[in-house]
Amino acid sequence: MRAPSSELPIEFDGVTVAAGGVTILDNIALTLAPGAPTVLIGPNGSGKSTLLRVAMGLLAPSRGCITWGGLEHVPPLKRAIVFQRPAMLRRSASANIRFALRAAGIPRADHARRTAELLELVGLQGLADRAARRLSGGEQQRLALARALARDPAVLFLDEPTASLDPVATKAVEDIIRTVSERNIKVVMATHDFGEARRLAGEVVMLHRGRIVETGAAASFFDAPRTLEARAFLAGELLI
Amino acid sequence: MPNDVSALQLVLSSDPALFAIVRLSLYVSLSAVALAALIGIPLGAWIALTNFRGRQGVIVLLNALMGLPPVVVGLAVYLALSRSGPLGSFGLLFTPGAMIVAQTVLVTPIIAALTRQTIEDLWIEYRDELTAMNLGPVGRVATLIWDARFSLVTALLAGFGRAAAEVGAIIIVGGNIEGFTRTMTTAIALETSKGDLPLAVGLGLVLIGIVIAVNALAWTARRAGERLAG
Repeated sequence: MRAPSSELPIEFDGVTVAAGGVTILDNIALTLAPGAPTVLIGPNGSGKSTLLRVAMGLLAPSRGCITWGGLEHVPPLKRAIVFQRPAMLRRSASANIRFALRAAGIPRADHARRTAELLELVGLQGLADRAARRLSGGEQQRLALARALARDPAVLFLDEPTASLDPVATKAVEDIIRTVSERNIKVVMATHDFGEARRLAGEVVMLHRGRIVETGAAASFFDAPRTLEARAFLAGELLI
Repeated sequence: MPNDVSALQLVLSSDPALFAIVRLSLYVSLSAVALAALIGIPLGAWIALTNFRGRQGVIVLLNALMGLPPVVVGLAVYLALSRSGPLGSFGLLFTPGAMIVAQTVLVTPIIAALTRQTIEDLWIEYRDELTAMNLGPVGRVATLIWDARFSLVTALLAGFGRAAAEVGAIIIVGGNIEGFTRTMTTAIALETSKGDLPLAVGLGLVLIGIVIAVNALAWTARRAGERLAG
């Protein structure tokens, strides 16, 4: 069982991100606490990916502040992110994981064991020596998960990890996310797939036009959404 | 070398004079490419990953330097290496060393410019991942150069092509001295002017053969590497 992390809670206090005169995130106040996965939902362009990047520490807010475990400047040593289209390094699947282990400062003596464990966790043990860029989309996404987990993160951010995957590949990725969450790694995931949000979320944060329109426990969000936007979104209407 | 033999006979008879010229040509061009790679690859990577005032101007200049006229480079290196020049004390003028220096000057911008473009393209692809992994500047450069290694082979080949085919610079700084600084290209120019066409054609055939062989070798290595690493 993982010890309580200094990364959590992640608190957004009036976070605004603007670029080129466009407000991408608008005055976000949010707390990401340990526990079940938090799923960010909302239409394209609602600010989900930007929120993840701010939470990861890849993007600084234009206004407001973000803290990790109460501290403002925390190097991202225990945070990891999987992007929607992860870049595969031009080397084998196992070498991709070893690269992440090296970058995370894991002692070289542990690399072989950790690589084997991570490949098994994501079901790629049979493809360890295959060039990462020659893996299928679903396999690449699973490898990206393994690479992120190589950092032994306390928080794992996932940016639409199953977008453009078929149902079989989606199920494989979702199974890994459940396993990761059961190991007390906080999962924060963006998606615009309701079904996926229902299957995985413990808590839902709905974004629209850069603002949080509703947050709450997944069950109550899906059963009794409080806002017009959430009701419209869940009804399958186009939110523009 | 006899004048009444055909170009093919010269090549097939393993003429020692011809092979001495071929050996020196390869030594000069490969040394220049190696030195240019040592300078040009880190330089190109640094320009690709660094924002500084005047960066766009440097990129335009670097691209323009790919077309440096060899005779101008030869003249500049000649002035630098001549007795009264700033590097005259090294005594390199009219030696293979001077030819290596001249070709290094010619080839470095080619390798640096192509490296800059290759690394910049790869950085766009890798930026998010490497930043998320909290990789430092040295780690980023090393990773990008390693992962771009198969594409950088093309830059090295372009540099080798330029060096192997070049005559203007090395004839000025090397002097085309028989048995000492005579290379394939300078010998072809000389023998043609003397009317010894079989030797000139023989050397031309060897030169083309070497360029094709080096390219084929590099292409095969690149394909094999890409199969393994993706």
